[in-house]
Amino acid sequence: MIKRYISTFALAFGLLLGATTVMAEGPELPSAGTNLRDTASLQRGAHLFFNYCVGCHSLKYMRYERMADDLGLTQEEVMNNLNFTGAKFGDTVISHMPPDDAQKFFGKAPPDLSLEVSAKGPDWVFAYLNSFYLDPKSPIGWNNTVLPNAAMPFPLWELQGEQVPVMKPAKPGDDPEIEKLTLLHQGKLTTEQYQQAVRDITNFLEYVSEPAALQRHHYGIWVVLFLLGFTFLAYLLKKEYWKDVH
Amino acid sequence: MANVFSNIGEWVSERAPGLMPVYRKHMTEYYAPKNFNIWYYFGSLALLVLVNQIVTGIFLTMNYDPSAAGAFDSVQYIMRDVEWGWLIRYMHSTGASLFFVVIYLHMFRGIMYGSYQKPRELVWLLGMLIFLVLMAEAFMGYVLPWGNMSFWGAKVIVSLFGTIPVIGKDLVEWIMGDYLPADATLNRFFALHVIALPLVLLLLVVLHLAALHEVGSNNPDGVDVKHGPKGNRWDPTKPADGIPFHPYYTVKDLVGVGLFLAIAAFIIFFQPTLGGWFLEHDNSVAANNLVTPLQIKPVWYFTAFYAIVRMIPSAMGTAVWGVLGMFGSIALLFALPWIDAGKVKSIRYRGTGYKVALTLFILAFFGLVFIGTDLTDDYFPKWFGQDIDITAWDNVFGRVLVLIYFGFFVFLWLYTHLGWEKTKPVPERVTTHD
Repeated sequence: MIKRYISTFALAFGLLLGATTVMAEGPELPSAGTNLRDTASLQRGAHLFFNYCVGCHSLKYMRYERMADDLGLTQEEVMNNLNFTGAKFGDTVISHMPPDDAQKFFGKAPPDLSLEVSAKGPDWVFAYLNSFYLDPKSPIGWNNTVLPNAAMPFPLWELQGEQVPVMKPAKPGDDPEIEKLTLLHQGKLTTEQYQQAVRDITNFLEYVSEPAALQRHHYGIWVVLFLLGFTFLAYLLKKEYWKDVH
Repeated sequence: MANVFSNIGEWVSERAPGLMPVYRKHMTEYYAPKNFNIWYYFGSLALLVLVNQIVTGIFLTMNYDPSAAGAFDSVQYIMRDVEWGWLIRYMHSTGASLFFVVIYLHMFRGIMYGSYQKPRELVWLLGMLIFLVLMAEAFMGYVLPWGNMSFWGAKVIVSLFGTIPVIGKDLVEWIMGDYLPADATLNRFFALHVIALPLVLLLLVVLHLAALHEVGSNNPDGVDVKHGPKGNRWDPTKPADGIPFHPYYTVKDLVGVGLFLAIAAFIIFFQPTLGGWFLEHDNSVAANNLVTPLQIKPVWYFTAFYAIVRMIPSAMGTAVWGVLGMFGSIALLFALPWIDAGKVKSIRYRGTGYKVALTLFILAFFGLVFIGTDLTDDYFPKWFGQDIDITAWDNVFGRVLVLIYFGFFVFLWLYTHLGWEKTKPVPERVTTHD
């Protein structure tokens, strides 16, 4: 009987893993390669976010205090280096940009990014930040292959540099399609360094989407092991009780 | 210490002499067949999940704000600021999906071993009522987080009632209390989700169990142990093949509970969204009546029935046929005890035709889930080439599957009422146990 239990468990487990992979939707994007356990990466991501993103984007569900706790930073470090708005330590991260102005500047208020990774997935965010290119036809001068006609200028250009599109050989009558992007000018970072920077930002936003993920991973293994141990004891108990059933 | 307990026991028994006999009737002197297999875990597991939903639900209610302005924020408040709020919410959301996993397996067990047949029709009907109420409960619960998929899901599902001729439009407004899902909708769905439907569910579960314990449990052989030889170690008048539910099946169910909880804990702690199956990505965006999600579809446990709505075309100027088809697909399950006039209960001794039909029925159900979740958008181009018309293929496949789903019931009626089924001999007594 114990063999049957084990095989049932293995089957259920296999179905679970299968289900999670089958659901991967949309065009396949390269993996962002994020790792929430990499605290240094989270810290670098937070640093980049507060230097390049928070001017427009809020994290209205994320408290400075929680961030300090989870990222291993002190109150001073957070309040001196990451807080530019005079918010209190227990406040959430709200951008300085007045929403009305934002509406005027971009035609669309920059979205709150608290749940961006939950909504779009880390791979999407990673690809999005890699896919800005110069587009003279766009009112803001930039465009994006992952989110065409995005209303967002590209604040990281000084790090990555400027990309331009390489077009596919167009068939007559078809709209021209972009084959890939290529760097026109290198920015302050090499391509590898930029990839890592974008990965760090994505990692940080993944953490912001669900700070509890750190706790989940911390406790999860012990809970599952405890329950498997419990099951084994329950099985021994069952065997003992059922000895006299024939 | 033991003395204190027995004194309390005596004290209670003197004042409520009816309590112990009830306990004995349903636990220590409820004689269940000794050959239950793995399929018999899902009843007690359903009860476990129900308790989990109620307990975690109570704690969620303490911090949830049932208003259109505050609902979405309050869920994030629970996820971030409430101590262990994330765990409570994931237990509730994972529990919701696992409830359907367990209930579907429980229903399949009932069909496979003919547990709905005489004399257990009432048990089956009460169980189907539980399933129906559970669907309403799950739908309303899904609306509460007020994400964008909650909003659009509510709009689409409530709109199904709009296909009813004459009164449809007014009915939709009446259900929502507004022209769109709004504050009024959320308030009433909350009331129904946390008070009305759970009360109905609990009552139905009690009746389901009471009805079961009146007629006794079926088993994988479909042999009625009550009609077999009498006399076991505990009681000379009770079935020889029966064993007391407590402690035998309580300790056995404990093993199932442990395994089930281990799987549930794995999901809760490592894959709470299960790649979008249990918690959908689009629901991480707050409800917005101006932005439609790319694909509006219900959570996986409704998709088979939703696919039936989609696959049945409009005719005679109304789309009501799809909705009738969906309700019909559930109504036919209610009628199963009268559709199936089989002489034999368990699949072990039934005719080949039945086995083939049941297999096709289950495959059709999975196929409809597949189409209902729009997975075909990803897979049909991979299988049949990039240039195919996905909707057309959906319709061809889906309609065949709908025909198989309904065909199962037609076939079963003909097969058993016209005496086409060739059954195998059923043993006198139950054959195995493990």
